[in-house]
Amino acid sequence: MSQPPFTIEQFYKYLTEGKLMAGRCHNCGKIHLPPRPLCDNCFHQEFEWTEISGKGKLATFTVIHIAPQQFQAMAPYAVGIVELENGLKLPGMILGVAPEQLKIGMDLTIDFGTCSTAQAWPQWPRYCFKPV
Amino acid sequence: MKGKPLVSIISAGLSKFGKHEGLYARELFADAVKEALDRCPRLDPKNDIEAMFVGHMGEAYEHQGHMGAAAADWAGLLNIPATRTEAACASSGAALRSGIYAVLSGLADVVLVGGVEKMTHRTTAEVTEYLAMASDYPFEQWHGITFPGLYALMAKAHMHRYGTTEAQLATVAVKNHYHGTLNPKAQMQKEITVETVLASRVVASPLKLYDCSLITDGASCAILTKPELAARFTDQPVHIIGSGQASDTIGLYERQSLTSLLAAKLAAKTAYDMAQITPEDIDVAEVHDCFTSAEIIAYEDLGFCPKGTGGKLVESGETRLGGRLPVNTSGGLKAKGHPVGATGTAQAYEIYLQLTGQADRRQVKDAKTGLTHNVGGSGATAAVHIYRSDQQ
Repeated sequence: MSQPPFTIEQFYKYLTEGKLMAGRCHNCGKIHLPPRPLCDNCFHQEFEWTEISGKGKLATFTVIHIAPQQFQAMAPYAVGIVELENGLKLPGMILGVAPEQLKIGMDLTIDFGTCSTAQAWPQWPRYCFKPV
Repeated sequence: MKGKPLVSIISAGLSKFGKHEGLYARELFADAVKEALDRCPRLDPKNDIEAMFVGHMGEAYEHQGHMGAAAADWAGLLNIPATRTEAACASSGAALRSGIYAVLSGLADVVLVGGVEKMTHRTTAEVTEYLAMASDYPFEQWHGITFPGLYALMAKAHMHRYGTTEAQLATVAVKNHYHGTLNPKAQMQKEITVETVLASRVVASPLKLYDCSLITDGASCAILTKPELAARFTDQPVHIIGSGQASDTIGLYERQSLTSLLAAKLAAKTAYDMAQITPEDIDVAEVHDCFTSAEIIAYEDLGFCPKGTGGKLVESGETRLGGRLPVNTSGGLKAKGHPVGATGTAQAYEIYLQLTGQADRRQVKDAKTGLTHNVGGSGATAAVHIYRSDQQ
């Protein structure tokens, strides 16, 4: 059975279905998050989709006060890089935690978010991370 | 004599850095070129300059792309091959590297490299958005992560892991503002204190306004030739004896380390190996202090101190003028200013002045070996160059 393409677009499509999906290289086994169409380890192009856990620990964070135009209404807001259970990392906003409660190492889990952008492109949901 | 010269810098130029209301980027670039030509009367620009590379980051600022041709046009250098190089804030570090490729290839004997950016006519929100374009869009910009935000993520990780303090970050700003007061071309001309930095408004925690480099208009250039031709144009050439450029993942989140820039470490290793020197041999350096924390990480990536001790190094005063290894004598991106496309060759300009004894009140005594460290984006590009003067 042919698989959906290993693209960023498809990654976000899966998120709208509530799944955090990565591409696993058939040849060398490397897991790519986000997926990519060419394995940067062995240059093979055969992959399979694999669901990964959205639970992880906060590796680093910042609270952004000066924001670009489209995020100004939300500022200040927290963003961080989360190290997932399989060691892969993903950045995103952190919601549901007061800034002074943020701590490197704290447990977080992905919230798949909703696709609510008025823009024509891209139609990507804004996932975020929340306390477990 | 260590390290064979790759190319020689025979002249360099820099516009005043700051807010230039009513000027267009190409007009600023012409100013920088004029200074370089004036410094090098034996050069016949129309006959001698055979190619040009111009660093320029963003079309959005002035609704103007195609900066290679536009800058050559306004600099009076029509008809030569003129190419824009873009590598975010390392755009003119990449121009310098490209000029070295061109001279070493034998296709051109004399090449002008430079860079320009005109930014101050835009609002802070617009500049924040344009700068962010150099970071990953689908996973960083899309989630509201700004440029200061990316550096803040690294700063926070460094503080957590190594105990680096906000006061140490502030000390970088204090030092570079002091240096800026000695550079008439610097945008900022006033000294500040650690308290000023700590009390300034938060941009992206732990980075505050005074931890951030400036929004600046400016242009810079340098003229390169083969080492064996340098004497034809000047009695004071500065040789480039090491050149390294490297790249890394576009997204910060995919990197192995959040507390150092692998691209900078790789570029530095290439340059040091080529120059056959070690970090201890450097007399003066210009490093990419787009944020104060970035200068601390640069010290470590360049081998000026062991990993994790960059904060202590700036505290010791060794990187201040008069110290063992003065860093950012120009004022750096922090006080001289950061017109992004111009920054790489502006760093080369400062080292050119230092190694030819023309740095006036900020001259580092007996400076013979210099280094520049230019970073693009959150570290997806880095260019490191090492310079040496024959002057005694």
